[in-house]
Amino acid sequence: MAFTFAAFCYMLSLVLCAALIFFAIWHIIAFDELRTDFKSPIDQCNPVHALVLPEYSIHSLFCIMFLCAQEWLTLGLNVPLLFYHFWRYFHCPADSSELAYDPPAVMNADTLSYCQKEAWCKLAFYLLSFFYYLYCMIYTLVSS
Amino acid sequence: MSAPAESPHPAASARIPPKLGGAAASGAAAPAGPGPAPHQQNGPAQNQMHVPSGYGLHPQNYIAPSGHYPQGPGKMTSLPLDSQCGDYYSGLYIVPTQNVVTPNTANQQPGAQQMYGRGPPAPHIVGSTPGPFQGAASSASHLHTSASQPYSPFVNHYSSPAMYSANSSVASQGFPSTCGHYAMSTVSNAAYPSVSYPSLPAGDPYGQQMFTSQNAPTVRPVRDNSFSGHSTAISHSSPLPPPPSHQYHQQQSLSGCSTLSWSASGLPSTQDNLLRNHGGSLATANSNPTNTVADSLSCPVMQNVQPLKSSPVVSSVLSGASSTRTPPAANRPVEPVASVTQPSELLQQKGVDSSSTTSSASPVPNSYDALEGGSYPDMLSSSASSPAPDPAPEPDPAPASAPTAPQPSKMAKPFGYGYPTLQPGYQNATAPLNSGVPPSSPVYSGFQQYAQYPGMNQLSSSLGGLSLQSSPQPESLRPVNLTQERNILPMTPVWAPVPNLNLDLKKLNCSPDSFRCTLTNIPQTQALLNKAKLPLGLLLHPFRDLTQLPVITSNTIVRCRSCRTYINPFVSFIDQRRWKCNLCYRVNDVPEEFMYNPLTRSYGEPHKRPEVQNSTVEFIASSDYMLRPPQPAVYLFVLDVSHNAVEAGYLTILCQSLLENLDKLPGDSRTRIGFMTFDSTIHFYNLQEGLSQPQMLIVSDIDDVFLPTPDSLLVNLYESKELIKDLLNALPNMFTNTRETHSALGPALQAAFKLMSPTGGRVSVFQTQLPSLGAGLLQSREDPNQRSSTKVVQHLGPATDFYKKLALDCSGQQTAVDLFLLSSQYSDLASLACMSKYSAGCIYYYPSFHYTHNPSQAEKLQKDLKRYLTRKIGFEAVMRIRCTKGLSMHTFHGNFFVRSTDLLSLANINPDAGFAVQLSIEENLTDTSLVCFQTALLYTSSKGERRIRVHTLCLPVVSSLADVYAGVDVQAAICLLANMAVDRSISSSLSDARDALVNAVVDSLSAYGSTVSNLQHSALIAPSSLKLFPLYVLALLKQKAFRTGTSTRLDDRVYAMCQIKCQPLVHLMKMIHPNLYRIDRLTDEGAIHVNDRVVPQPPLQKLSAEKLTREGAFLMDCGSVFYIWIGKSCDNNFIEDVLGYPNFASVPQKMTHLPELDTLSSERARSFITWLRDNRPLSPVLHVVKDESPAKTEFFQHLIEDRTEAAFSYYEFLLHIQQQICK
Repeated sequence: MAFTFAAFCYMLSLVLCAALIFFAIWHIIAFDELRTDFKSPIDQCNPVHALVLPEYSIHSLFCIMFLCAQEWLTLGLNVPLLFYHFWRYFHCPADSSELAYDPPAVMNADTLSYCQKEAWCKLAFYLLSFFYYLYCMIYTLVSS
Repeated sequence: MSAPAESPHPAASARIPPKLGGAAASGAAAPAGPGPAPHQQNGPAQNQMHVPSGYGLHPQNYIAPSGHYPQGPGKMTSLPLDSQCGDYYSGLYIVPTQNVVTPNTANQQPGAQQMYGRGPPAPHIVGSTPGPFQGAASSASHLHTSASQPYSPFVNHYSSPAMYSANSSVASQGFPSTCGHYAMSTVSNAAYPSVSYPSLPAGDPYGQQMFTSQNAPTVRPVRDNSFSGHSTAISHSSPLPPPPSHQYHQQQSLSGCSTLSWSASGLPSTQDNLLRNHGGSLATANSNPTNTVADSLSCPVMQNVQPLKSSPVVSSVLSGASSTRTPPAANRPVEPVASVTQPSELLQQKGVDSSSTTSSASPVPNSYDALEGGSYPDMLSSSASSPAPDPAPEPDPAPASAPTAPQPSKMAKPFGYGYPTLQPGYQNATAPLNSGVPPSSPVYSGFQQYAQYPGMNQLSSSLGGLSLQSSPQPESLRPVNLTQERNILPMTPVWAPVPNLNLDLKKLNCSPDSFRCTLTNIPQTQALLNKAKLPLGLLLHPFRDLTQLPVITSNTIVRCRSCRTYINPFVSFIDQRRWKCNLCYRVNDVPEEFMYNPLTRSYGEPHKRPEVQNSTVEFIASSDYMLRPPQPAVYLFVLDVSHNAVEAGYLTILCQSLLENLDKLPGDSRTRIGFMTFDSTIHFYNLQEGLSQPQMLIVSDIDDVFLPTPDSLLVNLYESKELIKDLLNALPNMFTNTRETHSALGPALQAAFKLMSPTGGRVSVFQTQLPSLGAGLLQSREDPNQRSSTKVVQHLGPATDFYKKLALDCSGQQTAVDLFLLSSQYSDLASLACMSKYSAGCIYYYPSFHYTHNPSQAEKLQKDLKRYLTRKIGFEAVMRIRCTKGLSMHTFHGNFFVRSTDLLSLANINPDAGFAVQLSIEENLTDTSLVCFQTALLYTSSKGERRIRVHTLCLPVVSSLADVYAGVDVQAAICLLANMAVDRSISSSLSDARDALVNAVVDSLSAYGSTVSNLQHSALIAPSSLKLFPLYVLALLKQKAFRTGTSTRLDDRVYAMCQIKCQPLVHLMKMIHPNLYRIDRLTDEGAIHVNDRVVPQPPLQKLSAEKLTREGAFLMDCGSVFYIWIGKSCDNNFIEDVLGYPNFASVPQKMTHLPELDTLSSERARSFITWLRDNRPLSPVLHVVKDESPAKTEFFQHLIEDRTEAAFSYYEFLLHIQQQICK
């Protein structure tokens, strides 16, 4: 039993993953509030925007850490989402500062349901990866 | 934001399963009618009391309301007895517009809205004619001045015994209600053709009830004045087929009506009666005579067509008859017998027939659901699915109909294009209606089919006489072979199809000018919609100028408790105390106040309240509907005064227009106004009352803009009027020597936002170049070499989100930004437009504007400004669109900010704003036969009143694909597609959008070909309802917004896209597909009379150079511009009489006016052009284009059926589509 870098990575990502789960839940609630009329998109999108960049950077940090720790499998699992985030970040037409959620467009039912689906999928992904990191952390701690 | 009442609805928990309603309703439709009968008969019975007592009673009735009137709305004072209706009456006083003939005359705008509504504060004297209603009074004098009547508006339109007597000769005493009513319309048409009777005061629905009998709900005055012209046309027996959308109108105006023919609306009407006539006997009696006559008339023709059994023939006639939605094209080769019919009169006859039967036979249940919910589904299912005999209990009115009734279900199936699931009414109505009909088009179609597909004959005979033709097939489903039909464009303008509802609902339904759906038959499931490959959506024009609008002041605005739907004509009353919401099916209580109908002064008739009698109403909202006190009207003008702007010289025109219209700016005593100018610095103007002259304050720190003084930049219009006038007089000359070429638009807008944010209001921005300083500066992105590129068109989206963010901020503070772009160079409209797009503003663009070099643009600016400054305006508005459970809205188009899934936030609303909504079907609509859509626009009027304008549209649900195709509103579909294509070209690319447009045609036609028609796959077959679809799509592809290959400046393209997004349907259609008329040989044949002028009605020409002859002169109406093209060898008489020049050579190149010459042809031409102009808010500029002049390319680019170097001709386009389909 040794405290390797990999184990450290998993421990850190475990903590951060909890934060990501929180972000995802936050998104879900935010879009749900939009859907049910409780808030104006302008009020809602600004805080959501505030969370987008941290989320993306945390996730990128994971990938870098796993790359350094040479955890190829974990990295492989995360790479698709990383690319998706990159695409999302750079593919926003014209207004980069608005990021993914554009107040005038977000209420479009298609966009809204897309955003909601995206948030749910991310929640699922983060939850699964949370347990996966937990398992991996213990595994690395025990095996080495 | 300002819509607490519009806000979150509790989940619809207490829903009554629709089936329950259906069951109850079917009881109602049963012939015995035991179920709902008690209470329904109740109301009518009471009414009948009035009627027999004769016309003598009326004065009493009139007096009654006028007695209450002086209380004025909202003043619930005094007279305990009247308290209930006192607050109510303001609804009646939609008066001042009475004299208005053409609804859209710009001058009259401000008055129109603001003058009615409230009664004047003081007059408590019974019988005095209060000031604001003088208009009404004067119009009353057109007829008889009846001094005895205290309140003249009423007098005016219930006018007069004369009508009744005149009319009573026509109609027998048996159904007084109808005749009374018809009389009215006839007389009004005749007496003053110009003031046609829709302009009656809003009160009339109520008034009507006083002397109408049972069928009060059916008998209603026309609600829409804009058609007055047409209605009169009809009464003058023009050869024009009447606009089908106005059938209710025509039906009401009874005229000679001895002609025998078929009529579309006649069908449903009778059908309704049949359904409704529990007694039945009378109906039979009434319809039989016509029937027999009819048969004898029609037989010769029909037998030629088909030597089969007579009953099938009957139904084939019906098929045509039921189709009258589209006016029969006059150019059909076979024009049987007397078939240049004047459907109008025929319709009227039907109308009379039907309503008379109704009135005499049985009470009309007001709750349509009692009719619809019950009988409809039964019928539908029986005809659609099972061959089992129809158990529906409605009486067979005529013996002839007996054989036909069961047929459709049997024979429609084998051949694709029957109309199997016809509404029951069609089937029933068959016999009585095919009456007397030498139907033009239907017969022809019969011929055609017969000739084309001889095989059918054998088939049909093998079916034992049940021929193909015998299946009732509406005109809108008549297959049209597009490649062979040479003249696809009808001679008269295309009208909106009328939803296939029963007559009651048809009359109640919202005017297609305000509210249209792309499919007038809503498919039952999303799967069905997908199969049809047609777009489903709504086209709205919610704040249209109306000349007749019931305004209701009442303490409680009755709304559904779960979905907050406003009560509307399509709700059903379960009993006197409860009503069922037609959107969520919740059962609600009727509040006590609603039970009392102040006009009839009767209690217990909630279904006769104006809210339930009109699908377009306006409520005066209480303070529940405000988040803050209603804002005053605030106008801020932000003017570019850089060198470029001064060169262009727009300031003179603007200041002049403002000076002229300063008193006409909509507003009340609180109205405020302010001015800012900017170049590289920002100039504010202190106009504080008391100053000797306007004070100019310059802020040069454009990076951090601040307001130099906290107040006195926006000043009260009336207190500082002199200063304002001084400023406006001085402004044009103040900057004449400026050398400043920069433009700090962004900072100026920020300053404007700061200035406006405490109140909200309207900011009008005048910009003449690319903003080059401070925040929001833009670079030129256009590459002139790419203008005619066929590949990629870039930069359709904004370059920066500065303007969008600013607009969102403005929208949050209830401020709208209107942009006037007067630019000779590229100004990146794509970016600038965002400031208006998201703040619900409007955009005007004047390319290469110069006040002397380009006089036509200057004239256009002048006219636009006049309209812009004086038109109605609503502040701090929100619009919510609701639809029946199961449907959902997913994308909105227009200028607004979407606040929530069904709520649009509109800082300002103006009468020229149109919206579009895409719909999807989320749940199957199997358990309902009708769907409803309701828009509620909550706004603050310029007088500081909170008002809610509610439109409700009701449409039938169908389960077969054929019905879906039968109900396509091709114009609405095109407009929706255009909106979608704009989105697509911005988010994706222009070529994607173009492909999508072509695919829309290919998909829908191939879907039709493979599922419905089943005929020849080699030919390009479209249902008649879609026959213009390819033409319109081709027109769209050649529109500035979407064309490729032709040199188009980026700004022009973007402006066209902006217009597509925010124009209402009527204007958009003209923009997409202009109307072409030949005007050198105008005659009075078929002319209509408007305002004592004779307006000739030349036929529409197709947009092709083949129609242009050198000998002629043609007028092209493109919506915002008119072209008159003069052929080279045009008749010198015309040139001399109309243009005022001796010959073709002497006509100048730039001519924008027709001289007022005292010749007949000049008069005709001018009255025609004026009439066209009056029909729209933006008065178009006229260009006289000589053949051979360089300007003719402008004209020729609109000839969309012709081939251009970069685009298909119409025929080629059809071949292209055919190729795509066959792939």
